[in-house]
Amino acid sequence: MTAIVFDKVWKEYGDHVVLERINLEIAPRSFVALVGPSGCGKTTFLRMLLGEEAATRGTILVDGKPLKVEPDADRGVVFQRYSVFPHLTVLQNVMIGREFETSRFLGKLFGAKRKQAEDEARTLLDAVGLNDHENKYPAALSGGMQQRLALAQALNRKPKILLLDEPFGALDPGIRADIHVLIRKIWNENDLTVVMVTHDLSEAFRLGTRVIAFERPRNRPEELERYGATLGSEAPGEIARPSGPQPGASITRDFEVWPKKIAAPVGGAASVPDTPSVAKAAE
Amino acid sequence: MRLLNIKPDRAWTVALAALPFFALIVAYMVGSGIRLAENPNDKLLPSFTAMAEAVKHYALEADPRSGLYLMWNDTLSSLSLLLTALAISTFIALVVGILIGLLPIAGATFGPVVAVASMVPPLALLPILFIIMGLGDGAKISLIVIGTTLKLVRDMALRVKDIPAELLIKAQTLGASTWQIALRVVLPQMLPRLIDSVRLEIGPAWLFLIAAEAIAADSGLGYRIFLVRRYLAMDVIIPYVIWITVLAFLMDLALRLLQRKAFPWFAGARTA
Repeated sequence: MTAIVFDKVWKEYGDHVVLERINLEIAPRSFVALVGPSGCGKTTFLRMLLGEEAATRGTILVDGKPLKVEPDADRGVVFQRYSVFPHLTVLQNVMIGREFETSRFLGKLFGAKRKQAEDEARTLLDAVGLNDHENKYPAALSGGMQQRLALAQALNRKPKILLLDEPFGALDPGIRADIHVLIRKIWNENDLTVVMVTHDLSEAFRLGTRVIAFERPRNRPEELERYGATLGSEAPGEIARPSGPQPGASITRDFEVWPKKIAAPVGGAASVPDTPSVAKAAE
Repeated sequence: MRLLNIKPDRAWTVALAALPFFALIVAYMVGSGIRLAENPNDKLLPSFTAMAEAVKHYALEADPRSGLYLMWNDTLSSLSLLLTALAISTFIALVVGILIGLLPIAGATFGPVVAVASMVPPLALLPILFIIMGLGDGAKISLIVIGTTLKLVRDMALRVKDIPAELLIKAQTLGASTWQIALRVVLPQMLPRLIDSVRLEIGPAWLFLIAAEAIAADSGLGYRIFLVRRYLAMDVIIPYVIWITVLAFLMDLALRLLQRKAFPWFAGARTA
């Protein structure tokens, strides 16, 4: 069984091909890192998975069913910025998912139900290390803390798929290392498939079970408007450096990170080694 | 040191702020003194004593004919019209602005008509309003509502569109419906911004009120100014103008305080 399938997916804006013939199967509970230069289509890829953008051609299946064309609670997301609501406190930011779910009209809970949602939210805040800050507004938090909050908020609705759009790109290296530990813990402890877009190769190898590179292989000016990117089928020699206006992109590399990392079974022993040798070598 | 790096400390800030006011008062006193020395009956630049006398007469003594304290009566009459009208336009702006800004369908339907209608000069509509609604309060309130609502609506719609798309996507991934997003994500973020917009519309609102009162009214601050104009009663007009300015300034101040107290998150979010 496969969690996510991309079947000959194209994304075009008019004549402009952004992604070309993407074929991809993502196994459940994998941690996929998408890497590639700016403007190579990896964010467009993530947006399609999110339901924010529709594929021009081809189908995307999740658990065998076509992907819904708008974002919903099946897929959680953390963006690089603007991931949390500035007008809500830390606790309210985490709670609001439950409030949306159980209070269809007001989107707000009162009394015992509220208490329960608060306790639930506190457990999550505890897990991401923000339990001392529940009454602060996001503007009073550091960048790293805001991203921890965004993670707790996204996890509250227990999504099957967690999408991360360069979530740690704006963080200092030390803080980034801490949050890497957190995200790996989250991936291990929840029934989650994670897809992460990142600029940072070492981050991709450290966290991912699979690394996918997007690139635009055919880049001569006369070809720019006709060819987008494809996934993993080009020989290395054909990959040219992007130059000039960039029309599209594709997947040029796709490999499992070795040694294999396997998410711990949910609720089971977390004894599976999850530190890749690549990361060790980098340290 | 460069001029742009010189920052006044607290005491200097206060002193510098007071300076132009002080200069205005001195200039007036000098001008008034020169004219009154030539002609003690001059009406154009009355002395402060004459103005205090007039204020005392209008604010602290009942009018012998009607038994009303005219200045308070005028203030009450003007403020009730102004505040009613601003409340109506604020409410309309909030609802319509969020609709236009948040829903592409509503934006496509109402965006262009609002953009065109907001170019109609409201004062040109005043005769129409008087013809349709008579000379009563309805026409005056309508004028203020028409004059301020459309700009507020456009402003709200733009500010709704300024909400980062990420936040709306995020809310959807938390399972929120359109209604829940409007109620729990957009509305609370718009309220403090609405206060900013309303603050900017206080001036136009007074303009429309005074214009309407000047033409047809039997009380109100604008009515009084235009009434005593016939007698060149500058000793009444000047204090009334100052009073209107003070009222407008206090409304602005009250809204600013409300924004700070009711939306403590806003100052931090605005700079972020």
